Amino acid sequence: MKNMLTAISNALCRITGSNVGAQTVSEFLIGQSELVNLTSPAASALATTTKRQPPKPPPVNTKASEAELVTEQPTLLSDPGARAVVSSRAFADFTPKASFEIKKCDVHRLEEGPPGQAELTREQGLHYYRTMQTIRRMELKADQLYKQKIIRGFCHLYDGQEACAMGIEAAINPTDHVITAYRAHGYTYTRGVPVKQILAELTGRKGGIAKGKGGSMHMYAPNFYGGNGIVGAQVPLGAGIALACKYLGNNQVCVTLYGDGAANQGQIFEAYNMAALWKLPCIFICENNKYGMGTSVERSSASTDYYRRGDYIPGLRVDGMDVLSVREATKFAADHCRAGKGPILMELETYRYHGHSMSDPGVSYRTREEIQEVRSKSDPISMLKDRMLSNKMAAMEEFKEMDSEIRKEIEEAALFATSDPEPPLDALCDHIFHNDLPLEVRGTTPWSKLKSSS
Amino acid sequence: MASLSCVLRSGRVTVRDALNQAMDEELERDERVFLLGEEVAQYDGAYKISRGLWKKYGDARIIDTPITEMGFTGIAVGAAMAGLRPICEFMTFNFSMQAIDQVINSAAKTNYMSAGRQSVPIVFRGPNGASAGVGAQHSQCFAAWYGHCPGLKVVSPWSAEDARGLLKAAIRDDNPVVFLENELMYGVPFEMSEESLSKDFTIPFGKAKVERQGTHVTLVTHSRYVSFCLDAAAVLAKEGVECEVVNLRSIRPLDVETIEASVMKTNHLVTVEGGWPQFGVGAEVCARVMEGMMGPHRPPH
Repeated sequence: MKNMLTAISNALCRITGSNVGAQTVSEFLIGQSELVNLTSPAASALATTTKRQPPKPPPVNTKASEAELVTEQPTLLSDPGARAVVSSRAFADFTPKASFEIKKCDVHRLEEGPPGQAELTREQGLHYYRTMQTIRRMELKADQLYKQKIIRGFCHLYDGQEACAMGIEAAINPTDHVITAYRAHGYTYTRGVPVKQILAELTGRKGGIAKGKGGSMHMYAPNFYGGNGIVGAQVPLGAGIALACKYLGNNQVCVTLYGDGAANQGQIFEAYNMAALWKLPCIFICENNKYGMGTSVERSSASTDYYRRGDYIPGLRVDGMDVLSVREATKFAADHCRAGKGPILMELETYRYHGHSMSDPGVSYRTREEIQEVRSKSDPISMLKDRMLSNKMAAMEEFKEMDSEIRKEIEEAALFATSDPEPPLDALCDHIFHNDLPLEVRGTTPWSKLKSSS
Repeated sequence: MASLSCVLRSGRVTVRDALNQAMDEELERDERVFLLGEEVAQYDGAYKISRGLWKKYGDARIIDTPITEMGFTGIAVGAAMAGLRPICEFMTFNFSMQAIDQVINSAAKTNYMSAGRQSVPIVFRGPNGASAGVGAQHSQCFAAWYGHCPGLKVVSPWSAEDARGLLKAAIRDDNPVVFLENELMYGVPFEMSEESLSKDFTIPFGKAKVERQGTHVTLVTHSRYVSFCLDAAAVLAKEGVECEVVNLRSIRPLDVETIEASVMKTNHLVTVEGGWPQFGVGAEVCARVMEGMMGPHRPPH
C-alpha cells in the first residue's frame, strides 16, 4: 500500500511540478472515499465551483440518536456549524477512556519528566481529531487560495504540526496566554478565532480577525498575542506577559513559542536570563521542525539540543507529532510554573509538510522521500485516529462524518473569505492609536488628509 | 520627599525632581504602573531620576534589569500587552538602538496591525541627545528617528513644567510614548505654577508653547536648545531684534499650526536642535512650513 502511494505521489509530483502530489495522497489517506483532486496548482477554477462531493453520512436508526446528533461538544470553539456526531451504534459499544504509552521525554536539569502514559477519553479524542483536522484542512485551503492568487503576501502553513497547537491548548486554560511567531494559523484557531475570520484575514477582507489590516502574521485574540513577524522578538514579549501574570498574582502562565531557526537569537537568551532570575511563569517552547527556512538544524546550530539551550532552565524534549505527549509535557510544564519554580523549556520535535512559506516548494533542501516518510509514519492526525480505532473508542463513520463536516465548514469559510469586501479606503488609517480622538493623517499630498479613528 | 522640600524652600523645581515627582504620583495613582531599567531601583537611577522610588514601592514595581536592552524592552512591551503600564527606562536613548525593533515593530505597529484589538500602553524614557564630552556613540539625538514612525507619540520636554505635565500625560496615555529627556537639563531649576504642581496636571501632546513672544524672527526648537534660543533672544534684543521662541514640546504629533502662525507673523524662521541636520526635525519643520505656505499666504524668507 505504502509503495503504491509513494509511486502515485511521485507521479503526481512530476505531472504537476510541485508538492501537490504528496498533499493529495495525504488527503487520500485521511478520507479514503474521496475523489483525488488532480487539478494543477495553476488551475483558474475557484474552489467553490469544483466542490468535491463529501461522502453521505450513515443513516440514522432511531429518533433518539437523531436528537443526540445536535449536541455540541463543550470545549469546542464558537463556530455554530460544529456538531458532535453520535453514531447509530449504542453508546456503550465504545471504550470511554483508554491509557496510551507515550514516548519518554529527554530531560535536562529535572529529576523526572512527564509520565510515560496518557489517558484519553472518547470525547477528548474526538475533539482533538476535529481540531487538528480543521487546522489541516484550513491550511490546505489556504494553500489552494494562495495558488489562485486570492491570498497574497506571506503565508506560512502549519500542516504537520497540528499536534503541537492542540496538545498545548489541551493542557492549559483559556485564561492562560499564548504567543508565537509567524506560523500562527493553528494557534489562532485553537485560541478561539473561527476559520472564517482566519481565512478572511488571509484574503485581506474586512471580515478578517484584524479587519484585513494584519494578514497572516498578525492575528490576535483574547490571551493570544499573535502572530509576530520578526524572528525571535516574540520571546521577550512572552516573558513580559509572564511578568504581568506574576505581577498580578493570577496563577496564569504564558506559553512562548519559537522555532529552531529563532533558537539562536540573542534576545531569547536575554529572555531566558530574566525569566529565570525573576522566576517568571513562562513556558518557553521550541517547535523544532528541523528546518529554519532552507537551513537544516545541523547547518544553523552548534548545539541542536534545543531543550538544553536554556542552560540553568530545566528542559524537556517531547515528541511533537503525538498530541498526547505534547499535552502531558505541557501539563507538566504548566504545573512547574504555577508552583512558582520559574520558567521551563520544552522542545517539540515536529515537522512541517509545506515549505517554509508558499514561495518555497520545500524540496530543495530536503527530499520528497523524507516528507513522505513523516506523512506515512508520524502524521499526528492519523496516529490519533488509529489509536482510537484500534481501541474501539470511535467508529470509522464518525471520523468520516467529522471530515465531511469540516470540509463543509472550510468551504463555507473560504466562500466568505473570497466574497467579503476589502476594508474601505476611509478605514485605511484607523487604529494608529488606541483610545484617542480621531486625528488627521497626511495622505499622498499635504492637502489630501485621511482620518484615523481609534 | 526631597523634591517637595525643594519647592517649599525656593519655589523652584529641577527637571530631575519634576520627573521624580511625576513618576511617584503616577505609581501611587495606578497599581499597574511600574518602572524597569538599568540601575533604576537600588542605585536610585543612573541619573537619580528614580531616587527613593524603590524604597517606597519595592522590588515588584521598581525593577533593576541586566544590561540586555533588547530583552528587557521586549519584556516591558509584553507586560504592556498583557495589561500593565510599564515605564521602560533607557540609560540613554543611544542604547535604545539595541532594542529599536521592540519599540517600533512590537510596540508602535501593533495596535494598527491588530485593528485595535491589542494596545500597548508603554512609556520609553531616558536622556537623549548630546551630553558633555561623552563621545559620538553616546550623543545621538533620536527625535527624528522615532518621530518618523506612525503609532508612536514622541515628546521632548524642556522645562520642569514640561517634564511633569508631559510625563504624566505619557503614563496615562494608552499608546507607546517615546519620552526624550536631556541629561544636561536634569539639574536646572524652574519656577512652577500652582496649577502645574497639581496631581492631575497633564500637558496635551501636539501643542507647542511660545516661550517668548517676538516679531522679527521665529526660533523653533525643543529640549535643551530652548535655553540656547532664549539666551540668544536676550542677546539679540539688545540689538533690537525680537525673537519668538517656540518650544515644540511634541515631536510627533508636531504642532504645525503654532509654527505657521508664528512664521506668518515674523516671516523669518530658524530651527534649532541637537540632532543632525539631514532628515532631521528641523528639516521636517521646514518642509511643513513650505507646504503650508504654498498658496495665498505670503511666502517666508
